[in-house]
Amino acid sequence: MDPLSPWERAELALAVLATDPAGIKGLWLRARASGVRDRVTAALTALPLALRRLHPGVDDTALYGGVDLAGTLATGRVARSAGVLDAPCALVLTMAERSPPGLAARLARVLDDPGFCLIALDEGVDEETLPSALTDRLGLFVDLDALGWSDTAEIVLDPARLAAARAIKVATPPDAADQLMRVATVLGIGSLRAPLQAQACARALAAWNGRSVVADEDLQRAAELVLAHRGDVPEVAPEQEPEQEPPPPDPGETEAEQPEDMGDRIPDDILLEAVRAALPADLLARLRAGRAAKSAKGSGAGAAIKGNRRGRPLPPRPGQPGSGLRIDLVATLRAAAPWQGVRGRGAQGLAIRASDLRIKRFQETSDRLLIFAVDASGSSAMARLAETKGAVELLLAQAYARRDHVALVAFRGKGAELMLPPTRSLVQTKRRLAGLPGGGGTPLAAGLKLAFEVAGQARARGMTPTVALLTDGRGNIALDGTASREMAEADALRLARALRAAGTPALVIDTGNRPQPSLRVLAGLLDAPYVPLPRADAQRLSAVLSAALDG
Amino acid sequence: MRQPFPFSAIVGQTAMKQAMVLTAIDPGIGGVLVFGDRGTGKSTAVRALAALLPQITAVEGCPVNSARFEDVPEWAGALTDTMISRPTPVIDLPLGVTEDRVVGALDIERALTRGEKAFEPGLLARANRGYLYIDEVNLLEDHIVDLLLDVAQSGENVVEREGLSIRHAARFVLVGSGNPEEGELRPQLLDRFGLSVEVTSPRDIETRVEVMTRRDAYENDFDAFMAVWRAQDTALREAILTARVALKSLKTPGVVLHDCAALCIALGSDGLRGELTLLRAARAQAAYEGADTVTRAHLKSVAASALSHRLRRDPLDEAGSGVRVARTIAEVLP
Repeated sequence: MDPLSPWERAELALAVLATDPAGIKGLWLRARASGVRDRVTAALTALPLALRRLHPGVDDTALYGGVDLAGTLATGRVARSAGVLDAPCALVLTMAERSPPGLAARLARVLDDPGFCLIALDEGVDEETLPSALTDRLGLFVDLDALGWSDTAEIVLDPARLAAARAIKVATPPDAADQLMRVATVLGIGSLRAPLQAQACARALAAWNGRSVVADEDLQRAAELVLAHRGDVPEVAPEQEPEQEPPPPDPGETEAEQPEDMGDRIPDDILLEAVRAALPADLLARLRAGRAAKSAKGSGAGAAIKGNRRGRPLPPRPGQPGSGLRIDLVATLRAAAPWQGVRGRGAQGLAIRASDLRIKRFQETSDRLLIFAVDASGSSAMARLAETKGAVELLLAQAYARRDHVALVAFRGKGAELMLPPTRSLVQTKRRLAGLPGGGGTPLAAGLKLAFEVAGQARARGMTPTVALLTDGRGNIALDGTASREMAEADALRLARALRAAGTPALVIDTGNRPQPSLRVLAGLLDAPYVPLPRADAQRLSAVLSAALDG
Repeated sequence: MRQPFPFSAIVGQTAMKQAMVLTAIDPGIGGVLVFGDRGTGKSTAVRALAALLPQITAVEGCPVNSARFEDVPEWAGALTDTMISRPTPVIDLPLGVTEDRVVGALDIERALTRGEKAFEPGLLARANRGYLYIDEVNLLEDHIVDLLLDVAQSGENVVEREGLSIRHAARFVLVGSGNPEEGELRPQLLDRFGLSVEVTSPRDIETRVEVMTRRDAYENDFDAFMAVWRAQDTALREAILTARVALKSLKTPGVVLHDCAALCIALGSDGLRGELTLLRAARAQAAYEGADTVTRAHLKSVAASALSHRLRRDPLDEAGSGVRVARTIAEVLP
């Protein structure tokens, strides 16, 4: 059986979802807002549930219903607004990658109840993706990013066929559960929800194809649709160069290839094959990176500055309570007081209008994020990498005590790598740091670029990033990968200007045996303290670092 | 609402189920922390527990589920002394919840429309005499954690805000779940949980398939499935009730106390809460097994969950504290 093309996959996913939305629980749709995505979302009307749109900033009143304050004040009677979650429905969450953990937890809870399904429109780029509480619960995954308008067509789901499919009670062969579970285990999928959803998907597929018993074909397609994106491609050992990775099975190519002697294989292999062929490998890697980023973010959830819950009080401001905003009662009364005469004071209580409402505001300082950009190139690696690791470890202990977040960027060979997304987890940091390999050229510019990106993302989450650059300064790989000292130098200086323009405080530590004049220039551009540390031990390095950061 | 997945039908995860049953027998143990991967049945177990727990008797309409009419707080309004039997409350505390929702706040609706100063009780009031469940407890915002710590310690919720001065009983069993990879829990909150267990996905195919088969039967053949497992749940509930009674007459020999202390000293756990919880859990376990005396075997069977989260954290230790506890138990209590 040929793997599905991306668009066929999207069409089939929608057919399955429309057949049994409550069993499959939902669809994770990764795509920018585009005509292609609109074609998919337009087909959602075939779902047998009412569609309700949500956005990441939705508050509890909108979700669960509550008192409609403006209506209540206008009429003088309690007016209640209905909540989205009052009745079973299909929720469409736009900009799902921006959903805060609180919303994800609430939606996850709702999805555990029967009757709901969620279509998460994930417009995330790079590391941004859905909270894992949701990805674990949504059965289907469709990625439209690679598709152009001409690859697609209108999705037509015949209502009569859907109705017929929903009416069929599908039986599952006894070994189906066993097969799906085996495939999930081979793919390293720990969650038990995934195989269950795959089974529900296989059933819906059978019904959609007018069968009353799940066929092998349905199982394969179900594995492709539900399990493929959750699987972990085997970890590539850090010592290996990227070229040694198995070439990604491109869906376009594999489609043309004929699967060889299908008859001889055991069914598990066929299922696995279906899964492997379903998605390009770089997508898996991307998703995994996103997942790691999300999962390691950790208690960073507490770091967002909402400006309305705690901290130093600021003057109140007119506004509607809700979405985490609290009413400032005294200020509200003060605002209403002068108007009581004009409004003709009510027989019971004050005449308060919605425009009188004042909300509380607070200001608080945000959490700090320390981004270590560590040079792991051959020149550093020999002598200094161990010391650098030691210093970072010491600093981690201090960061833990100060509740700072830490991120680790390593650059070596041809590029930079985010070894550890912002986290407070000590154990994770320790583990990643220990596994940090050394060797290769010094792509200083690439390291600065990644640090710059991480800093930008952190700032968007309400943290205050600081970059600590540990290098011996001999940058020799330019941003585009060419081994040219001049270009490398120019790129590094350009990025340093960008970092400074973004207002990111930095610190440059020269770990070379002899101080490098070029690093001093770089530090000047960054407006950063320059600390040459020839032959420093970890203890001293750490002392200098904390002094520079605290001062 | 459909009946949740039955507690007895959860495949494996014995440590988690044991811990939850123990807190049902003796709420004084003080809560369970379940750490583990996604999709391992953490939330399923908590919702199942809600259905499993015996009913409580409470004053009708009381916002804090008071057991006696005298205990009803005066702000609750005019209530009669009619007693009703109701399920043990298991309250979800969602992430991102506001402080107002947790502790309760001025009832704005009534304040504005009727000009009355009234208190709108929060989640802590509803959780009194029951369970408070926090999914993803490690992602909870710090100020909510502080608040919970304070109330869990005093057993009383004090609200002093917006001109209100209200206090009410808030005694609940904290149940938290989370994934340790996503962030750590503050040691202060960690210590507040009586027992902690780590759950992992079952590794062998047979167990995993069994999970799938049962879940599938629950979803697609509800009546037949529940007929089988409801009886098991009822038997478990009876056992819990019997154990609650037996707990009162249980004998605790001095040698067991000595063992508790020796174990905690050897592990170097902070404070004395470790010993006390260990003993309580061992007593509950003994009562559950129908023994009339606590023995070293009972102690051993609960030691890992009662102590593993109380050890001083070694940030460089990756083996996990469970291993350390197991090793020490083997050394101290041969």
